Amino acid sequence: MHHNNQFVKKTKKGQIRKVVREHYLRDDIWSGTPLDEECEASAHKLSASASHYLVIDTNIALHQLDFLEHPAITDVVVCSVVLEEVRHKNSAAYQRLRALCASDAKRFYVFANEHHRETFIKSEAGESPNDRNDRAIRVATKWYADRLAGRMEVILLTNDSGSRRLAEEEGVRAIGAASYVRLLRPDATELLDMVAAGTVVEEDPEEEDGGAPVRSAKRKRIYEEHKTFSEVQAGIREGRFHQGALRVNRYNPYEGYVGSDSVGQDILLAGRSHMNRAMDGDIVAVELLPESEWRGPSSKLPGQGKATGGGSDAAEEEGNEEEDVGAGAEPEVFQVGPPDDPSVLAQRAGEEAKQPTGRVVGIISRNWRSRGYCGSLKPPSAHARPLHGASNVLFLPVERRYPAIRIQTRQADSLMDKRLVVAIDSWPSDSTHPLGHYVRTLGTIGDKDTETEVVLIENDINTSPFTPAVHECVPTLPWRVTEDHLAQPGRTDLRHLPVCSVDPPGCKDIDDALHVRPLPNGNYELGVHIADVTNFLRPGSAMDVEAAARATTTYLVQRRIDMLPKPLTEDICSLRGGEERLTFSVLWEVNDNAEIQSTKFTKGVIKSRAALQYAEAQSRIDDPRLQDEITLSLRTMNKLAKILRRRRAERGALQLASPEVKFTIDTETHDPLDVGMYQVQEANQMVEEMMLLANVSVAEAIAHHFPSCSLLRRHPVPAPRQFEPILQAAAAVGLTLDVSTSKSLAESLDAAVRPEDPYFNKLVRILSTRCMTQALYFCSGDHAPHEFLHYGLASPIYTHFTSPIRRYADVMVHRLLAAVLQLESLPETARDREGLRAGADNLNKRHRNAQLAGRASVELHTLIFFKDRTVHADARVTKVKANGLIVFVPKYGIEGPVYLTPRADGNSNSGPSSSSNNKAVAESAFVLDEKKQTVVSRDGSVRYRVFDPCAVRIHVEEGYGHRRQLVLELISREQLQEAEQMVA
Amino acid sequence: MEYVTPEGLRIDGRRPKELRRLDCSLDVLQSADGSAVFQMGNTKVLAAVFGPHEVEVRNQMKEDKAIIKCEYAMAAFSTGERRKRGKSDRRSQELSLVIKAALEQTVMVELLPRTQIDVYVQVLQADGGTRVAAINAAVLALASAGVPLRDLAAGCAAGYLEGHSLLDLNFQEDSAGGPDCSIALHPNSDRLVLLQMDSRLPMDTFEAVLNLAQDGCRAVASFMRQRLLEHTRKLAMARGAVRA
Repeated sequence: MHHNNQFVKKTKKGQIRKVVREHYLRDDIWSGTPLDEECEASAHKLSASASHYLVIDTNIALHQLDFLEHPAITDVVVCSVVLEEVRHKNSAAYQRLRALCASDAKRFYVFANEHHRETFIKSEAGESPNDRNDRAIRVATKWYADRLAGRMEVILLTNDSGSRRLAEEEGVRAIGAASYVRLLRPDATELLDMVAAGTVVEEDPEEEDGGAPVRSAKRKRIYEEHKTFSEVQAGIREGRFHQGALRVNRYNPYEGYVGSDSVGQDILLAGRSHMNRAMDGDIVAVELLPESEWRGPSSKLPGQGKATGGGSDAAEEEGNEEEDVGAGAEPEVFQVGPPDDPSVLAQRAGEEAKQPTGRVVGIISRNWRSRGYCGSLKPPSAHARPLHGASNVLFLPVERRYPAIRIQTRQADSLMDKRLVVAIDSWPSDSTHPLGHYVRTLGTIGDKDTETEVVLIENDINTSPFTPAVHECVPTLPWRVTEDHLAQPGRTDLRHLPVCSVDPPGCKDIDDALHVRPLPNGNYELGVHIADVTNFLRPGSAMDVEAAARATTTYLVQRRIDMLPKPLTEDICSLRGGEERLTFSVLWEVNDNAEIQSTKFTKGVIKSRAALQYAEAQSRIDDPRLQDEITLSLRTMNKLAKILRRRRAERGALQLASPEVKFTIDTETHDPLDVGMYQVQEANQMVEEMMLLANVSVAEAIAHHFPSCSLLRRHPVPAPRQFEPILQAAAAVGLTLDVSTSKSLAESLDAAVRPEDPYFNKLVRILSTRCMTQALYFCSGDHAPHEFLHYGLASPIYTHFTSPIRRYADVMVHRLLAAVLQLESLPETARDREGLRAGADNLNKRHRNAQLAGRASVELHTLIFFKDRTVHADARVTKVKANGLIVFVPKYGIEGPVYLTPRADGNSNSGPSSSSNNKAVAESAFVLDEKKQTVVSRDGSVRYRVFDPCAVRIHVEEGYGHRRQLVLELISREQLQEAEQMVA
Repeated sequence: MEYVTPEGLRIDGRRPKELRRLDCSLDVLQSADGSAVFQMGNTKVLAAVFGPHEVEVRNQMKEDKAIIKCEYAMAAFSTGERRKRGKSDRRSQELSLVIKAALEQTVMVELLPRTQIDVYVQVLQADGGTRVAAINAAVLALASAGVPLRDLAAGCAAGYLEGHSLLDLNFQEDSAGGPDCSIALHPNSDRLVLLQMDSRLPMDTFEAVLNLAQDGCRAVASFMRQRLLEHTRKLAMARGAVRA
């Protein structure tokens, strides 16, 4: 049967157009239950022995996903109209709902009601699309109920009381989510906490049995109402409002920036009311304040003089939540790493001056995480009532850039010392905090595994084990090279070459090996051999899909989350010593001066002579007694690498520095035993140089053959503005850095030395590195060739080819190179720009998340390391503030605030009045000179300048319910023992 | 955009390998020697055939066969947006040639030397697949004009979106930018008379899409044959040659 859908549409140009689309109605859409004789057996999904079937409406699907995902909720009918609506409203929710429908255990059946002859309805005159869709869901429910009458109860789950009433009139049982759990699911009480907040209001008050508070209409409005979508659009068109993505201060959820093209500069949003419920990542519409109200960001360390913990809880229970900024505003000691995110950059750049300041008038799209936020409950105050029954509690996310979330739970007592996941449901204008609901418990706060889980969830890293379908793609062990492999087209037998690998200690996934040998004509043959992962990872296979989604292996301090299954990474692909392995090799002929004469790419088979560690390779190079083949080739390689390195430096390659630290981990408990700076040896640099050479050669080859769809990696030239923080700091100590080109910067960095402080140079390098943006993967068709430049490496073109075991980018590049050699055709996703762009975006995101997770893991282990010890350490001032300093401790790679004045919350007994006194004292005690980057005490006795050496005591402060925090305190340098002073 | 749901339904409710509903009527114009309206879903095409008649431009005349002139045009009202579309824009010109080439292989031109056959194709409603619908309409009109045909030429399109081979794309699916393979087939001799595809496809996928389109052509051809037989029977009954 057939029906034409007609509707009228307004085009972008403003024309009104009638659209006619065909809509076929079918008789072969089944109910999906074995109770229905007509239903085809292949369509059976719902269980015959379920106690009832649920039909959900769109709002349940959109807002109660955590509830639906609970294992206790099974046998649900999802109408296609619901799916369609969810898809239009929230694509993340749609993905989750689809995943539920695909799961066999959940038994969610998709009923295509819109194409079913008996359940399709036309909208009636005057009926809104929403009402029509609600009616369609009721009609479908009724159809199920009639079909299964007497054999199975069918219940419509909806929080819309109007729809419930209409359903009852039509003879269909309808119920709200909260009442459903209370009345029908006594087996799963945990479910009640997972029913999303906010929507509870929509349920009839008489059904509420006291648990949930009904928000009274009288509650005062705290935030300005958001403007409607059309008002916002009109405002943006007229130039009154500015649209942009909000980036929130890492430490303060109520300070953020909106990058706006229309203003040409970041707009500052400061304070709760100006932020007006916007959160990090939201696309917002901002109205600029009059210029007289413009300001700069706070020049103080936050947290000073504010009552944290203390009496704020009491105030809150009286409904006065205004003052409760809570612990959220306090800076934390953190691990520093390579470039920070742009928000921090922008913030540093514009620090001193006033800048455009605005307020949020509307939120165009929310960026709430559907996977939820990790954190813990706010500890109760000493005199709080004991918690019983359902109670409202505040949840503090671990990420300080998110505000506290109000949730309702019946398990508050038992959850106090736990890490939880909470999802946000709504943020009405009469609530200080967003409203959310409990999703699940991760474990006890401070526990290493729990906290690691937090790190992984926060960075959206998939840790679930590989599915059986993925494991099926892996060849069975023991695996060995066979004649078939040697007979593959384009595969060369390279087993006679003296190949060896050089890797960090404990490396099991060896993806690169090297060789060099003299040629009769006096030149050298240089080879880089990379594990041939794409031989096993076929495009489109389950393993490929999974690897593409994970995009990278994540390295945590004590754990590795693999991109590929273990048998592949540690055995079949790993180029282990003495074993024959498949490779993708790059072979060059180079002359004595390391100039490339010719380049050849080939698939190969190698037999690595030895898998060396860096230190081992280094001692072989250094030990003149050793004259074996491997050692000789290592020496030649080292010689060539040095030439290459020098030439690269001449081109202007930057020697960047990152404060990486290395933990020594107890093999039994996995607790950190010691921590120290990462040592770089000559052998590291040799391998690095060879890899760079291979990457550049491959990049040239693929970009030449596929000019518009190659995957490359670029590092943009930083804008001069980005260097402002380091220039300002350097100027204060009389150092000038020339940032005009990478070469001039490299030279001025080399010249930045202080005879009295051997660490000074590295510190300047670290701070300059932080000013740069990150390197990114991109599709070559998206940028002009001059933008391919890799600034840090001073290479006009670059890509990643050498680590396919742990990076998916390299896998994509391997496939491109195989296509260049005409060995294989490109997979479909790599053939056009759109596909490649989507791939590159995912790579960048995952890569960044993996880095952040790695850093967070180091931070966590630092905290564990300092748990039972107090250490004095050498430190350097990296920033001065009016009431304190930010110091960097090179030995442990941590950076954090120290306060020059006693912290107000240090003496926790003091009430708000005394802390404000402290504040006054703090303000008068020290004077900040922004220009000279110096802070001097009033009497002139104490003076700190940026880059100054200082000394700190590091210890861990234990808070309520295992909440720990690393604390730095300034001590005099004399207290530092000789051995702890830094030597370079 | 999701063009095929995991349940296997397309946006308009068809399954991937289903044609849209087909309809046609023959001899719809009195002035033409043969005419037909062919409908595939919401695509509706009118074709009118004049001839065989004397060749208008003498030097175009072929001593050994008939020449076919073809003119494809879209009505201004055929798409949602009303736009004057001539018969001389590039797209129409290209389609005229494509249709002409397919018809030249179908008509037994060698039986009609020194003549000309005019085929006018007018798209009344466009919803994807106009070129194959035009061929189908033209072939029906030729048949109703009594022009000798080697075989029916039936056209059908197939495409490939999101990993599914889809038969008979409508406008929405066609605008997705995926490969769209239009073919016309002589069903009895299994000979392709038209094969056009934009965008690229790997060989093995292409084979699958092509096979699907051929199956579509056979289904269209059997529908056309049945309608032609019904029409002829009706004509015969009107003349009293056959009794009901």
